[in-house]
Amino acid sequence: MDKRFIYADNAATTAVSEEVLNAMLPHFRTAYGNASSIYKLGRDAQRDVEEARAKVAKALGADPKEIFFTSCGSESDNWAIKCTAERLAKKGKKHIITSVFEHHAVLHTCEYLEKQGFEVTYIPVSDKGLIDPEDVKNAIREDTALVTIMYANNEIGTIQPIEEIAAICKEKKVLFHTDAVQAVGHIDIDVHKQGIDMLSLSGHKIHAQKGIGALYVRKGIVLPNLIHGGGQERGKRAGTENVPAIVGLGVAMEIACTGIAERNAKILPKRERLIDGLLKLPYTRLNGDREKRLPGNLNISFEGLEGESLLLMLDNYGICGSSGSACTSGSLDPSHVLLSIGLKHEIAHGSLRLSIEDDVTDEDVDYILEVMPTIVERLRSMSPVWERMMKGEAYE
Amino acid sequence: MLYSEKVLDHFSNPRNVGEIEDADGVGEIGNAKCGDIMKMYLKIDDGIITDAKFKTFGCGAAIATSSMATELIKGKSIDDALKLTNQAVVEALDGLPAVKIHCSVLAEQAVRSALSDYYTRQGIDPLPIVGEIHEPEE
Repeated sequence: MDKRFIYADNAATTAVSEEVLNAMLPHFRTAYGNASSIYKLGRDAQRDVEEARAKVAKALGADPKEIFFTSCGSESDNWAIKCTAERLAKKGKKHIITSVFEHHAVLHTCEYLEKQGFEVTYIPVSDKGLIDPEDVKNAIREDTALVTIMYANNEIGTIQPIEEIAAICKEKKVLFHTDAVQAVGHIDIDVHKQGIDMLSLSGHKIHAQKGIGALYVRKGIVLPNLIHGGGQERGKRAGTENVPAIVGLGVAMEIACTGIAERNAKILPKRERLIDGLLKLPYTRLNGDREKRLPGNLNISFEGLEGESLLLMLDNYGICGSSGSACTSGSLDPSHVLLSIGLKHEIAHGSLRLSIEDDVTDEDVDYILEVMPTIVERLRSMSPVWERMMKGEAYE
Repeated sequence: MLYSEKVLDHFSNPRNVGEIEDADGVGEIGNAKCGDIMKMYLKIDDGIITDAKFKTFGCGAAIATSSMATELIKGKSIDDALKLTNQAVVEALDGLPAVKIHCSVLAEQAVRSALSDYYTRQGIDPLPIVGEIHEPEE
């Protein structure tokens, strides 16, 4: 068996695509103008920025005036949540609703706001990794300023009932923000049709470069300025536009949000084969609902072994994946996402996330399914936890 | 987080993995909840550690430090093994990332735990010789 290189960590980041790179390149050496400058070089840059804005808007079913470029998904989340909270606090609304398994860009922002005197309700998730819209409905109060629920979970890929939650928020007249960093380009999103008030996205998850993101803010919503300075992004986020990155994001969004169904039809059978093959190994479980799930995502726990060592061994075989183990985060606690769906610590430590795209071949799937049993058996053979499991002893 | 070549080598090709059926001392440290458990087996003749083996559930650094610790004490006297510090394990591995230093402490404590078991089996109170074994905090 020849060693392969298989990148199966697209939920972490993606390679910049050739189309994106080609669109970006002129903006470094020739079309390098400042979009605020009056001469042609500047006006051209401005035109390209606005073209990119239109592309991002179109991909989301939004109006270009509703799109603001940021430096990343985390910035978009921070802006939407903090600035909405600060504005509505003045109207006596100091309550925020989110879920227990959000990305840290949302969770840590909410924790920060708690320290500033806000109250935060963390909606639990089911053992399948899904939020019940009724729980959101019941949590909404007179003083609720914002509901922020992720579109799709970054670790287990579960897709949340966003339209239902948005409808509840509309009915209750509460603003609704969604962190759609993992969802954009993988499922069809139409912010107007779906009733989304604010949406965060990130470029590097959809083959644009790292360091570029966007925030959609529905027309009519007052969002206070994030960066004070020049008049860029209609004065809301000052700072000279990162023209190459913005142009790249426009192209990336155009490509990512076109032909989603066709791409998913290619990815899904491979993902399903991977899940079926890996679940054949004993003492394994799939984390998160199998149906309501991003097509390229799988997250499986292997009892009796630890995730980081699994990743390192996969790396030795040329396979890039990710884990919910504590060791990858530098803390002693495993992934809050896996704990939120009810996994025990010791099982959460031994989890693997693979996130594939349509470049993964059937041969790649064969290869993964061929090397995984070897790796799992090897790690288990040197694990005292596995030894005790096999003797039927408890290991806590 | 960067692992040294030596850490990666000891992770990919761990030395002394396994069990010693007629071990003279067996020690275990850590817990699965925190994600690290090390079990160490020692064969001791005339105060010399003639064989050492380990089993570890844990991250790359946990496996590499276990491997290195067994290498460092094999063929040594008990007195020398008791002098093994986590720092020596770290140095032998050409360093560890800061968040992984606790793994080297586990390796050091696993050796002491196995030696403690050895003395207990000999009917000797291990505490004055080996000292307290420190379990990692949850």
